[in-house]
Amino acid sequence: MEPVIRVENLVKRLAGRGLGRRVKAFTAVDSVSFSILPRATLALVGESGSGKSTLALCLAGLERVTSGRIWFEGRDLAALAEKELRAVRPRLQLVFQDPASSLNPWWTVGEIVAEPLLVNGRTAKREGHARAALVLEQVGLAAEYLERRAQDLSGGQRQRVAIARALILEPKLLILDEVLSALDCSIQAQIANLLVEIQRAYGLAYLFVTHDLRMAAHLADEIAVMSGGKIVEQGVTQDILRNPRRFETQSLLAASRVEPEAM
Amino acid sequence: MSGASAITRFLLRRLAHAAFLLFGVSVLAFFFSTFAPGNYFDDMRLNPQISAEQLTALRADYQLDRPMPVRYIRWAGAVLHGDLGLSFAYNTPVGPLLWARARNTLLLTGTAAVLVWMLALPLGVWSAEKLGRPADVALSWATAVLLIIPDLALALGLLVLAVRSGWLPTGGMVSVGSDGFSAAHRVRDVAWHMVLPVAVLVASALPVLLRHVRAAMAEALQAPFLRAAEGQGISRRRLLLRYALPAAAHPLIALFGFSVGTLLSGSLLVEVVMSWPGLGPFLLEAILARDLYVVIGAVLLSTLFLVAGNFVADLLLYWADPRIRAEASRR
Repeated sequence: MEPVIRVENLVKRLAGRGLGRRVKAFTAVDSVSFSILPRATLALVGESGSGKSTLALCLAGLERVTSGRIWFEGRDLAALAEKELRAVRPRLQLVFQDPASSLNPWWTVGEIVAEPLLVNGRTAKREGHARAALVLEQVGLAAEYLERRAQDLSGGQRQRVAIARALILEPKLLILDEVLSALDCSIQAQIANLLVEIQRAYGLAYLFVTHDLRMAAHLADEIAVMSGGKIVEQGVTQDILRNPRRFETQSLLAASRVEPEAM
Repeated sequence: MSGASAITRFLLRRLAHAAFLLFGVSVLAFFFSTFAPGNYFDDMRLNPQISAEQLTALRADYQLDRPMPVRYIRWAGAVLHGDLGLSFAYNTPVGPLLWARARNTLLLTGTAAVLVWMLALPLGVWSAEKLGRPADVALSWATAVLLIIPDLALALGLLVLAVRSGWLPTGGMVSVGSDGFSAAHRVRDVAWHMVLPVAVLVASALPVLLRHVRAAMAEALQAPFLRAAEGQGISRRRLLLRYALPAAAHPLIALFGFSVGTLLSGSLLVEVVMSWPGLGPFLLEAILARDLYVVIGAVLLSTLFLVAGNFVADLLLYWADPRIRAEASRR
């Protein structure tokens, strides 16, 4: 089967910047390669600073890559100009960690969710809002939330809005950047289950970026462990959990206190 | 929680603030101007044709012999009825005298305010979008230079240019013999005379506003929700105008109220230098003559303009920022 996205030798170097003195350039993502099949989930697990969020931004086209290729829909996103990239973006959506800051505080939920549709396509305003209501229902928010503002919602509800906003464009790939880490434990489980449902309903591929191996194990078919900008270990979820070869994986495993037998 | 009562309460609260401010300014203006040594009639003592008795009678006429608090209360009571007192020099009520000049000042500051914001907004947005690039750096240097030049030097410099070139009128508000002009001709004549003073006002207010717009926009452009919107494929233009600008609007609208104040005080100075028949020269003349009630009236009127500017800013803020609306309706 053709993968949804194939990343080859992706490198992102952050230019050293400082006043008056040269700061050494820092390689945030170092020759990373992987691919994700349709309807599959790859979890990208690593400590903070391991480069996983930078990688997510690169894939979403929000950071230009230094070198390497990102194959998506038969095109190399790394080589596309900003204008061409915009045409691709609807099918490749990113959901951020903190829903409090990633939603426009000046707009209502209905406006926020309908906006991508209204801007990207030739959808009429009325139809856009109808679609927004539909998608919101799918993420578990009733129509009464359409007129509410994001600031009046709870963290879990906000993240549902952020997911709805990404879904309305009917993407093929959803990049979920630490979407559960800003939430309470009980809400985490709810949103995680919602993500599983949505994946089935929409036939989506996920790139699930997290520092929490337990959540990764719950959602992902495959796990890639990142450290120092590199993928140090990659494999099927069960294998990684039962037989972690690398020290980094073992420490992540210890940190999330996951019982391999229970999986 | 209804919308109408929320906005009424919001407005009432702001109006109460404004009334309190006006009261405070009136007390300070009244007391400071009476504390200043001498009064309008002191110069007359040197005049051999006016006797000491006549002077005492005059002072009693204008009630200058009463204790200060009594005078303030009498004056404040009259002001509440729309009477700002008598001008010593003109021997007529202060109100109409002031209003005739205030109109001219408003014309000048109003035009300058509109122009300066029409320049500062697009330039600031553009500068923030090009943050750190050569265009932005060049603009920053230009505004820095403009910021360094004092208003007075700017006004005098432009006057010199106008005199040398002869392209623009160098003072006043109308040409000699303008009474005979047609209405359209008169408007054009006044507009022509406004060019120099308005240019000075705009040039003096622009750097500060431009820098604030640029800073507010640059900060708004950093907001995570803009990043998120960018990821949805929303165009740069829409991001700038529909996302970042409303996010930056709050500090900018507050700045609008402040800019009315700076333009007004700048205008008083420019009017004196360019002999524009506004509040500026009138106030200066009244201060030098110790024409007490004219001074207090002019100060009070300027405060009123300032308060009105801030009130408009508050209204705009209420309209532009749903978070303030929400806060107001919750109280």
